[in-house]
Amino acid sequence: MAIEIQFKDKNFENRSRTADEFAEIALEVRRDVIKSLYLAKSGHSGGSLGMADIFSVLYFGGYLRYNPTEGDWQGRDRFVLSAGHICPVLYSVLSRAGFFPTAELSTLRKWGSRLQGHPGLDVNLPGIESAAGSLGQGVSIAVGMALNHKYLEKDDKLVFTVSGDGELQEGSCWEAAMSAGNYGLDNLCWIVDNNDCQIDGRVADVMSIYPLDKKFEAFNFNVITIDGHDYQQIMTALDTFRENFKNNSGKPTVIIAKTLMGKGVSFMEDNYEWHGNPPNEQQTIDALKEMDS
Amino acid sequence: MSELKKYGYKPTRFGFGHALVELGELHDNVVVLGADITGSVLTSFFKEKFPERFFSIGIAEQNATTIAAGLALSGKIAFFSSYSAFAAFRNADQLRLSVCYNNVNVKIGGGHSGVTVGPDGATHQSLEEVSFLRALPNLTLIVPCDYEEARKATLAVGINPGPAYIRFGRSAVPMFTTKATPFEIGKAQVFNEGTDVAIVACGIVVWEAMLAAEELKKKHGISARVINSPSIKPMDVKTITDAALECGCVVTVEEHQVHGGLGAAVAEVLVKNFPVPMEFVGIPDTFGTSGEPDELLEKFGLTWPTIYASALKAIERKDKGFIGYRLVKDIPQYKENM
Ligand SMILES: Cc1ncc(C[n+]2csc(CCOP(=O)(O)OP(=O)(O)O)c2C)c(N)n1
Repeated sequence: MAIEIQFKDKNFENRSRTADEFAEIALEVRRDVIKSLYLAKSGHSGGSLGMADIFSVLYFGGYLRYNPTEGDWQGRDRFVLSAGHICPVLYSVLSRAGFFPTAELSTLRKWGSRLQGHPGLDVNLPGIESAAGSLGQGVSIAVGMALNHKYLEKDDKLVFTVSGDGELQEGSCWEAAMSAGNYGLDNLCWIVDNNDCQIDGRVADVMSIYPLDKKFEAFNFNVITIDGHDYQQIMTALDTFRENFKNNSGKPTVIIAKTLMGKGVSFMEDNYEWHGNPPNEQQTIDALKEMDS
Repeated sequence: MSELKKYGYKPTRFGFGHALVELGELHDNVVVLGADITGSVLTSFFKEKFPERFFSIGIAEQNATTIAAGLALSGKIAFFSSYSAFAAFRNADQLRLSVCYNNVNVKIGGGHSGVTVGPDGATHQSLEEVSFLRALPNLTLIVPCDYEEARKATLAVGINPGPAYIRFGRSAVPMFTTKATPFEIGKAQVFNEGTDVAIVACGIVVWEAMLAAEELKKKHGISARVINSPSIKPMDVKTITDAALECGCVVTVEEHQVHGGLGAAVAEVLVKNFPVPMEFVGIPDTFGTSGEPDELLEKFGLTWPTIYASALKAIERKDKGFIGYRLVKDIPQYKENM
């Protein structure tokens, strides 16, 4: 029995919301992730699910300015995904925001799709700011954009980037941090998906990156540590970033978000084995059922 | 080996992983560095067997490559493996200076190479590393065609002094060489005898070259010499030149950019020694894209029908009189090398 997969044709607006509203959106995003990865038969479930709450607040809570009918609208803030492998969650929120039809989520990772296994600019998917997939590069792209807006354009555009925590083992991430701190990029918000999972195991065991807060502080960052599944904490952290920008704090912001890999699907939660696998048919049925209950 | 027979499917990365364990058993000074993904490139086998000689470096390919050089300068044979996209490019400077210029025993396993890494897409489909690596002095560069050859190549570079890079892939591919098939660094092997056209191939598409030779025989009575050239550097100049001399035209086949890869290496040999018409089968100066491995091989023209058509074209050019250094009737087209 093959299950029938359909993507609800429902978009969400980008405006201030309550925690309950975010919960509803994040649930739909998680459904999208499960469905598109099931259809793709490959891809990264764990990180995509774990970041669904933060992406929902960022894209639908009025924090990121964008225009879904005009991807390259000049007035937009920038969002750069550095952890390219969790693009299923980005594709979901982009489609739910109206950048492209939700039905296109069924093409993930397939020949001819704009939803590449890792984002690329060659396929012209609106909402994608850079190719990603080689870890530790997006954060420097974000620094480049933040430099542009702070020192060259001198405008009010904000730059957001999301990196993994295993990703922080790449030395280039710390070069990015050093330059962001050096240039006092208070228009830069770097969100670390701190699930302490990577492919070979716990980040602390594979190659420890800790203490994270002290490292970023030493690089002149404004450090905020939150529960990455608590909508109120996510909102407060993003508000603080905005305040720091408005007050010309001269410090970039890092939000260290404590998350659970696979959050929302009990058999995937906090299990690094789910870093790079899709759900099979039975697991898809189970996951969707759990989300409906 | 001229009989066309396969005895199953296995990814070439398993040959690498299994050989590392064999090397570890034979030599106490073999050490392995991991950069996450050890279960993908199969350094995990070594890690389980010899945990005291395995070091997890994290997702830090530049550091891992240079740490390997430090271990090698301390008398160890240091293996490091990641995906080719990151094991040849992220660490390119480190490879060039600390490994190749120092001329030390660092052996890199480049996994998940080529379009057959599949749905991950262009970012992960490394198609350029042979061009880059071929230019590095002191480096031995091997592109094995199947599981068994990957195993033998890993064992061979393990004890051969100096830096080495072995390129292997993710998906299961036909196994058709056996324990008895010879492997030697710097040597190519004739897998199918023939005199009408020579097909020089490396990596997992050697199998497709064999299929093309069979079709050429069946449909046209053409005898195609299939040469497996896993050793890109050093290259077997004699076997390749003899093939040009005796067949009069050459087709090269690789799961890699045409610019600077196996085809370019063969062309360099032939231009110096005995130029003949050549056709190049490979990726024509473009990035990859998401898709299933077999689908991508087909869409990028890396399966037997393209090789077959290229062989016919090479033979046609030869028959027009373009032989050796004498340009008789063929008008140069000044085409890009692709
Ligand atoms: C430069 C580079 N090296 C290796 C990889 C392969 N890789 C993809 S994801 C990943 C693990 C990333 O861990 P983390 O950042 O913690 O993400 P999570 O597991 O939480 O999704 C690795 C090693 C890569 N994409 N890029």
